[in-house]
Amino acid sequence: MIFKIAFRNVFRNARRSTATILTIAVGTAATLIFLAYTLYNVLGLQTSTVDRGGHLTIFRNGFYDFGAGNPAVWGIDDYQTVLKLVRTDPVLAPMIAVVTPVQQVGGIASNADSDVSKTFFGQGFIPSERDAMKRWNEYGTGGVSVGDTGLKDDDPSQGVIGSGLALILGLCKPLHFDYCPKLPKGAPKELDQSPSAANLPSQDFSALSGRDVAAPQSATGLPSLDILAATAGGAPNVVRLKILRVEYQGVKALDDSYIGMHLALAQQLVYGRGEHKVTGIVVQLHRTEDWQFAKQRMLELFAKNNLNLEIKNYAELNPFYVQALQFLYSIFLFIAVIFGVVVLFTVSNAMSMSVVERTDEIGTLRALGLRRAKIRRQFITEGFLLGVIGTTLGVIAALAIAALINRSGLTWTPPGQTYSVPLKLYLFGATQSIVVIWIILVVVSTLASLLPANRAAKMQIVDALRHV
Amino acid sequence: MAESNQPVVRLTNVKKTYKLGSSQVQAVRGISLAVPPRCFTMIVGPSGSGKTTLLNLIGCIDRPSSGTVEIAGQDIARLGDNALSDLRARRIGFIFQSFSLIPVLSAYENVEYPLLSTDISAKDRRRAVLDMLDAVGLKDQRSQRPNELSGGQKQRVAIARALVKQPEFVLADEPTANLDSGTGASIIELMRKMQVEKNTSFIFSTHDPQLISHADKTFAIRDGLLVDQSAGGKQ
Repeated sequence: MIFKIAFRNVFRNARRSTATILTIAVGTAATLIFLAYTLYNVLGLQTSTVDRGGHLTIFRNGFYDFGAGNPAVWGIDDYQTVLKLVRTDPVLAPMIAVVTPVQQVGGIASNADSDVSKTFFGQGFIPSERDAMKRWNEYGTGGVSVGDTGLKDDDPSQGVIGSGLALILGLCKPLHFDYCPKLPKGAPKELDQSPSAANLPSQDFSALSGRDVAAPQSATGLPSLDILAATAGGAPNVVRLKILRVEYQGVKALDDSYIGMHLALAQQLVYGRGEHKVTGIVVQLHRTEDWQFAKQRMLELFAKNNLNLEIKNYAELNPFYVQALQFLYSIFLFIAVIFGVVVLFTVSNAMSMSVVERTDEIGTLRALGLRRAKIRRQFITEGFLLGVIGTTLGVIAALAIAALINRSGLTWTPPGQTYSVPLKLYLFGATQSIVVIWIILVVVSTLASLLPANRAAKMQIVDALRHV
Repeated sequence: MAESNQPVVRLTNVKKTYKLGSSQVQAVRGISLAVPPRCFTMIVGPSGSGKTTLLNLIGCIDRPSSGTVEIAGQDIARLGDNALSDLRARRIGFIFQSFSLIPVLSAYENVEYPLLSTDISAKDRRRAVLDMLDAVGLKDQRSQRPNELSGGQKQRVAIARALVKQPEFVLADEPTANLDSGTGASIIELMRKMQVEKNTSFIFSTHDPQLISHADKTFAIRDGLLVDQSAGGKQ
């Protein structure tokens, strides 16, 4: 009976109840849509992080803290054994999407045709495995324009370059990269000329080493760079890298210095004819939720095989990812609290008005023998019902809006990413979050009626019956 | 239901003082009376004489400033708020001048409401409610809400609601004040019929001569004092 009366009372003043329910519904829908947008961005950020660097990276123990200054000497010995160990483990195998070695390298890149050089940050990888990693899309938030590197496993002479570095090294024209800006007026004259090997002094670093130089560009028609780095032993080494294409890196600092190349070439540059190592082994899993288990399993394997290795996850290797997550969640929390407060005051106001209007009824019910607690329960139930109806409508509205936006086909490029992604709201997979927000707002709505309900329960019967 | 001849209500030197701003108003100034069982008892007097206050004290919806109110031999001063609520729920029926039906409930549900807090079974409850609605002539209107009923019909529902739990006595505050004389007469007739059939007591607060003429016992109040008590409808 208490629910029946509460339900009927909710619609007794239809206009006010409708306004209250709509306010709750709008607040719920707005909270859920912003949550869906936040979740989609979080998952998109996770996808862009994981498709570049995997979930876990295996390093030689200590590399993470001390190895950045000299990655060459922090290479993993006998990395093929580690690769085999991880790939063939029956527990890990079903979880793993890609296991691939990478080699970091830093040095100076030079374009002999333009007489310019610049420090670079390079990464060597196996092209087919890197391409497989880029296709990781657990949540359907992956890029709509993700392309392969175009590099081939059987041709270690080719590489890709960041668009900023391509501009700096004068490779825009030879690479037919149309997005480079034109030189401003008053630029140094020597920059404003067509690249021609015939009239520029050569900066052929091969003279320093005399070995390991790739084929000249004329062989394939691709522009080439001479890249200079120190070997693990400290000696300078030079290789020639043919640049296949420009790859925008999203962050300017990286874009101005990035060179991606075949693992074999990076190893040749760093280790020469010595033992080829790698700085890391990247492990990409099918599902993110498995990373802790996979990490633990690998550490057990390494311990059993006396391998002195450490494992870092994608969050540890990308502080920006964690900061961006915290930023997004803090904004969501702020907005959710605002909507919660709006719901609180709306329901409280509606219930207070209801108590005043029904003072005579409260007196009658008390005279008929209803205890104070039942009167209190009656009004709290009404607040609860307002919350249930409003939040349920809000959830339905949010799902409808999410479906509409998800089917609109809109795309955008999030900050720091290299490709456009679909503009979607991640709501249909977020059942748990929907339930939690539904419960929180229903509780807020119920609590909002607590004060008016107490006021109703504490009324003196005689005063209530006298009320006009 | 009391079968003995013991009074259903006994007031001993009851006083009630209200605070009105900084001053105090003595609405009841030391009244002692005993309401006999199974009869129509009227508390009469002009407006402001204190009869509604007296009715509130008898109905246990207000407490006296001093003196004792006994319901079926039980001093209500010793009862807490919940116990008083339970006492009202079990022993006292109310009929209000403005009917005071729950607007969101049908006639049937309004009559059923007082029985919901009792341990009576659903089947027995349904039978009791339908019998009561039949007794007040509203069985066919049981599904209608108060706003779909006339004044007389509303008061019939209120009578049924007051009597359905078979109370010790029914308090009726100016029950005919909002009705025309014809409807008022039929309501008085109905209450008398119910009082006899249900073997209960009715205590009225009124200054309606039509109603007073039906009194078995009359207490006349003036300025918060009992100035006369008599058998029958004399003032």
